[in-house]
Amino acid sequence: MLETIGVGSMNDLLVDIPQSLRLESLQLPDGLSEFETMAQISALANRNKVFADRLTFRGGGVYRRFIPAAVAAVTSKPEFYTAYTPYQPEASQGTLQAIFEFQTLIAELTGLDVANASLYDGATAVAEAAMMAHIHTGRNEVIVSGYVHPEYVQVLRAFGEGRGIKVRKDGEPNKKTAAVIFQQPDFLGLLVDVRALTAAAHDAGALAIACVDPISLAILAPPGEYEADIAVGEGQQLGLSPSFGGPHVGFVACKRDLVRKLPGRLVGTAYDAAGRRGFVLALAAREQHIRRERATSNICTNHSLCALAAAVYLTYMGPYGLRHIAEVSFKRAHHLAERLAALPGWELAFPERQFLNEFPVRVPKAPAVMRKLGRKGILGGLDVNRWFRELKGVVTFACTEVNDARALDELVEALES
Amino acid sequence: MADRRYTRSHEWVTVDGKHATIGITDYAQSQLGDVVFLELPSTGRKLGARETFGVVESVKAASDLYAPVAGRITEVNEKLASKPELINADPYGEGWILKLELAGDPPDDLLDEASYKKLTEASAQ
Repeated sequence: MLETIGVGSMNDLLVDIPQSLRLESLQLPDGLSEFETMAQISALANRNKVFADRLTFRGGGVYRRFIPAAVAAVTSKPEFYTAYTPYQPEASQGTLQAIFEFQTLIAELTGLDVANASLYDGATAVAEAAMMAHIHTGRNEVIVSGYVHPEYVQVLRAFGEGRGIKVRKDGEPNKKTAAVIFQQPDFLGLLVDVRALTAAAHDAGALAIACVDPISLAILAPPGEYEADIAVGEGQQLGLSPSFGGPHVGFVACKRDLVRKLPGRLVGTAYDAAGRRGFVLALAAREQHIRRERATSNICTNHSLCALAAAVYLTYMGPYGLRHIAEVSFKRAHHLAERLAALPGWELAFPERQFLNEFPVRVPKAPAVMRKLGRKGILGGLDVNRWFRELKGVVTFACTEVNDARALDELVEALES
Repeated sequence: MADRRYTRSHEWVTVDGKHATIGITDYAQSQLGDVVFLELPSTGRKLGARETFGVVESVKAASDLYAPVAGRITEVNEKLASKPELINADPYGEGWILKLELAGDPPDDLLDEASYKKLTEASAQ
């Protein structure tokens, strides 16, 4: 092969890499057998401290939820598990149908007209939505209103830099504003006035982008109901394990008139010559296989398997199941909030505000308290002071259906001791 | 109405005093097949000659649109938003795309009917 391409040796291909950066020989030990490898890896894995789901009270964007066995039973089918992105999509009817189901479920959940085949995670979903607003309005500024997940905002800034989008924290939208972005519930778990924020965005000719918790939509008004233009969010809670932060799945849904601004692809249904229903790639208006060098989006391989998990989870839970776990989580969190606020020196950080299943508490000597809980096998709340200077000593606690009543007792007992 | 002139990228233009009307040619629409969407600019925007001003998307391909002449956009064919098929049905009439107020003289490399016909016949072979 070297001869065919006209070079003398492998090293000739590497001449562009400075000598100082090249590694002449790798100091690697001899190979291990499978048995030895497993033993070594297990020994390493055992050094991790793994908190039980039921004793984990930390959220901040990623939550422990019960994942029915049906999810893995479907996603582990080799037809789904091993398949790469469908470049000859119509040959993969099963994959297309799964994506179509996902899109339909997200559109129904958010109350919007159309959803795409998924994105990478909540953070990139926020950034992609901002990009849609920028393209749609021709304006260069987005306003991040209130406590939006700080890491989402970081990703938004990184995306915005390349596209000339300025990210402004709070303030009134004006004629330069492409979109107002808010999170419901916000990063602290508190409910925000989504109707007022949406109206303010629209009054300035800007779009309203709602970053939502999908499970919260079993209780709260969906973005479509309050006229938000784009809804985005993190789908980890829909059947995916926290997995140290990923891979998760992002979703984006929008009003019909924005459909050509959606990144990635859209699967639709069609009928073949014999009148049989099938699934097709219906629209990918911004992608490189359509727009070549003028593409403004490149989302192909994606997190389709994660989107499939979300689709299976939502289908399995159904509207009543979803509402049930949202309510259980709500009740547990409110019960816990009451008990935590009663601890000496502890108080709700925003007692006048409403929340669902995550809430901020002011905690004396927060870092020491969290370390103490850790020693007792309990993962305490998230110290949000690390991102927000004004929130000194504020810790957010989250509850879901996996934190049973006894787990709440154990947490409070550990804090009282 | 003045004579229709053509570009090598398959747009047409007619000039009437300071005003120009732009569209894509019958040959272009026949090659593209059913047009399903047009991405068009807003009025007021200034275009240079040969500048990309939009995209025409058909069931087969998405292609850029180039301005045959320089000028300021005075009108965009709003009907195309809901009826992009007008491009196929009547490319030189109801399927017009933009009206411009000319800036300067039209470029001298625009083709007349006969030369454009020769160009399309050559590419057909």
